[in-house]
Parts: sequence; structure tokens; C-alpha cells
Amino acid sequence: MLTVLLLLVLICGSTGGEIALTQGSKKSGEPKRLRPREVLAFLGRAVRNGWFWLGIPLMAASFFALLILFSWHPLSFVIPISALSYVVGALGAKYILKEEVNTARWIGVVLVCAGVVLVATG
Amino acid sequence: MASEKRLRIKTLIMVLAMVVCAVVGDLMLKRGMSEAGVVRFTPQGLAHALGLMLTSAMIWLGICFLLGFMATQMTVVSWADYSYVMPAGAFGYALQTFLAVVVLHEAVSVKRWVGVLLICVGVVLVGQTRPRTTAVEAPGREKAVESC
Repeated sequence: MLTVLLLLVLICGSTGGEIALTQGSKKSGEPKRLRPREVLAFLGRAVRNGWFWLGIPLMAASFFALLILFSWHPLSFVIPISALSYVVGALGAKYILKEEVNTARWIGVVLVCAGVVLVATG
Repeated sequence: MASEKRLRIKTLIMVLAMVVCAVVGDLMLKRGMSEAGVVRFTPQGLAHALGLMLTSAMIWLGICFLLGFMATQMTVVSWADYSYVMPAGAFGYALQTFLAVVVLHEAVSVKRWVGVLLICVGVVLVGQTRPRTTAVEAPGREKAVESC
């Protein structure tokens, strides 16, 4: 039961956290060039955004769930189940971030998800 | 057209940096947690595990790489879609398999190769779509709105 709960925290925490960080990053404006100063200035703007501080606790919860799961179970158990986060992430991108997730992207996400399961159990 | 190509190239560079940071970080965390032993889900067990985590150099190095992963991911999703970047991150599993064969000369099962193939096809398929389907806000816009 605890394993199921931790897997839920792992998947929902990582996906929710990444979606919040994505929202914060988009609202901070992209760095015009890939130069250290501009990237650091961008990261400075991003960490002052409220979305960043919503994403961090979610990702921290997911991180601790991952650490505990790694100590309880082999990678070949944890990673295949955590691959579900690709599907949950695509749903979040479509309905929360309002991205256009077309058929090609959906097929790609499902293939990646299946591939991760095979790699981790192979 | 040129800006689309530029967008794809800079996205590819950042995704590669993201994948390398994630692969190295995960490897170090797994090794660090294996050294710490099985974590008991009791207050004493968690406190003991936290103590071990805080004093493990391997876990701190892993955390540094994962912070690098977070910084590169935040940067790339500032211009590219999350649903475009996220599947590309799975290329790390393919990279781990290639490294296992080329560097460690490990035998890899057919099932794992099929998985790598599926990941590569999936990433290529997502890579064919437009990297950006939403508008990106200009820096300082929020500030401008606040000052109105």
C-alpha cells in the first residue's frame, strides 16, 4: 500500500512540478541567446516567479519518494511504472499548458513509454 | 524558416545537456542510496536515512547533476513545448544502453534493444512536430503589467 502511495507521489509530484516549472519558465521570457549570462539572468527571473515555488515542493516530494522506492525495490520495478509520467505529462501539457498535442506527438509519447518499460525490464 | 531551424538546433543542444545531467545524476543517486541500505518507513528509519543522505558525497554529486538537469529543462521549456521536450528526455535510457555496450562491453537483451528502438522512434516522431505551439511571454512583461 505504501509503495502504491509513493508511486502516486512520484508520478503526480514530478509531472505536476514540471508543469508548474514550465508555466513559470514561459512567464519569465526565454533567454535571447544561449550565453551563460543570459541563461543565468533567465533563471534568476524564473526563480522569482510564483509557479517555481509551487513546483519545487511537488518535485521535492517526488524526489524523496524516488529515493525511498530505490532503496525498497530494484530499478526494473520503479522505472517502468514511473514511465506512466510521460502519458500524465502529455495530458497536463494539453489541458493545463494548452499545448497542441497532435496525433504524432501522442504516438511518440506512447512509444517512448512502452520503450522505457522494455528497457527497464529487459 | 531559418528561425525554425535555429529553434530546433538550440532545443537539441539543451535537450542533450538535460539528458546527460539526468543520466549521471540518477546513476549517482542509485549508487548513493544502495550504500545507505534499505530505508525503514519509521521516524527513526527516515531520520537515519536522512543522516546518511546528508553525509554521502555520491548523493550530493547526484543532486548537483539533477540541479543542472532542472536548470537546463527550465531553460529549454521557456521556448519549447513541455510535451516536445519531455519525451526527448527518455533518450537517456537509450544512451545508458549504448554506454553499457560500448564502454562496459555488457551483453544487452533483445527486449532491451527493442525498447531502445521504440524510444528512438518515439523521440524522432515527436521531433518532427513543431517545437513550439504556444506563445512565449517577453521578459519584463509581468513587470510592465504590474506598473500599469
